[in-house]
Amino acid sequence: MTSRIVMAAAVVAWLALLRFANDYVLTVLVLSGIYAIIAVGLNIFTGYTGQISFGHNAFAAIGGYASAILTTDRGWPPLVALVAGAGLAVATAALVGYPTLRLRGHYLAMGTLALGLISYVLSVQLEGLTRGFTGISGIPPLGVGSLVMTTPRGYFVAVWLLVAVATGSAWLIVHSRLGLALRAIRGGEDAARALGIDVTRYKIQALAISAAYASVAGSLFGHFVSYISPEAFGLYMVVLLFTMLFVGGIGTTAGPVVGAIVIGSLPEVLSGFKDYRELIYAAVLIVILLFAPRGVLGLFARRRPARAAA
Amino acid sequence: MSTLLSVDGLTKSFGGLHAVRAVSFDVVEGAITALIGPNGAGKTTVFNLVSGFLRADGGHARFAGEDVTGRAPREMAARGLVRTFQRVQLFVEMTVLDNVLVGAHLHTRGGLPAALLRTPTTRAERARVTAEDLKLLDRVGLAERASDPAGTLPFGQQRLLEIARALAARPRLLMLDEPAAGLNPAETARLGELIVRVRSEGLTVLFIEHDMNLVMTVADRVVVLDFGEKIAEGAPREIQRHPRVLEAYLGVEEPA
Repeated sequence: MTSRIVMAAAVVAWLALLRFANDYVLTVLVLSGIYAIIAVGLNIFTGYTGQISFGHNAFAAIGGYASAILTTDRGWPPLVALVAGAGLAVATAALVGYPTLRLRGHYLAMGTLALGLISYVLSVQLEGLTRGFTGISGIPPLGVGSLVMTTPRGYFVAVWLLVAVATGSAWLIVHSRLGLALRAIRGGEDAARALGIDVTRYKIQALAISAAYASVAGSLFGHFVSYISPEAFGLYMVVLLFTMLFVGGIGTTAGPVVGAIVIGSLPEVLSGFKDYRELIYAAVLIVILLFAPRGVLGLFARRRPARAAA
Repeated sequence: MSTLLSVDGLTKSFGGLHAVRAVSFDVVEGAITALIGPNGAGKTTVFNLVSGFLRADGGHARFAGEDVTGRAPREMAARGLVRTFQRVQLFVEMTVLDNVLVGAHLHTRGGLPAALLRTPTTRAERARVTAEDLKLLDRVGLAERASDPAGTLPFGQQRLLEIARALAARPRLLMLDEPAAGLNPAETARLGELIVRVRSEGLTVLFIEHDMNLVMTVADRVVVLDFGEKIAEGAPREIQRHPRVLEAYLGVEEPA
């Protein structure tokens, strides 16, 4: 019931913004939406499966670079390049996940951190492919056939529809048999094993799924900004993602989206404070985490977690 | 009476400590077997070796006629050997019902495509398993708590939920590690009834227990370990009078 009201309110807000917001506001929200898609995917791996990844920037970079390279140098249609990028990200996740997902806790954190660092170094060093620090510019806008996104308003529609798809698909996954297995792994690996769950396989699957979300978001970013460079997919992205998860509410359906909106728009909202902006930004984050340790959504959540859908 | 689980010369050391030394015993199909012994006797280690959580240094385990030595826990579960833990291992943030649904993992199908498409088959399977699992919860008196987080249950009910979850995996051999630990007398009595009831439905039970009253009332056979070795095996009545068992539990009486 509450979730229906929230969904309806979100749709109303979306329509109102579409009608009344200016390009500046829409641009901020498009970037928030792109981050929201990565955060929703990371939430499946971290929030529900209980595994840490500090290397999710790598998967966003794969999507971003795949789209940039394939649509500029090769002239591929954006959508085909986006799917190809996601495929590559999933393959990379499976390949990297096989050895690293045997690690637990801190070791997994270090292993994935290395992945993020390696992807950054590669995007700088593989100049023939990525043009190093110069980056790739002139990425064509997103479009299907004759329908091409040229305005922030167009991207606002497309990106937020994809945020809805991302959130909806994540909900379906979490409430399925697959999701039960993932949540069981978070709850206790030994118990999951004792019940016949192939823990390593499911962890790899969770990483691959979340990599697909990150890659799609990376592609969207490239098309929207029309330019990518290694800096766009650095480790700061990981810091932002985790801040979004914790502020919004990790392990909740809408938490990553709420977190992405808050973290994405807070610096803009605070821009009037000029020199004190960073200070107030930090203070707001601390207050949120002090008074809502389970995230903004945790404040509204009922005491019990979501019931399995029939 | 056939043998379901046969343990033969199982040995495991941790550094210099011989946790389990050449232990052999059989678990008869359809019977309730208790594994007892003082603290540190190696009972849980035997459980861990048999269920695949530890690798044996020597010896063999046969389950349903097949050598299963060194198999992974999930393979053992797939073969029908399902265990619980001495320290209750629930998925505390998941609901009581979801815990039991995870128990049905091996008997359900579907991965990512099923999750995203939610076909009528997938929905029907979930509805069927939910109905079965609610019945299971009803048997252990937890049906009313189905939508509460498992972590909010009182301890005794958590133990029962862990057993219900194991039963949802439809085991042939149910292995319970100290199921009565932390239960009050009423809960223990109820647990005893549950164990006897599942046996009467064809399940084989192997359990570790310190509550001798429970062991004596429900077990058909008792295996006694002390310092990693089997010191006795037999019917409960024989075990109660067995000199080596008395010695292990009570110490040697000084000759006057």
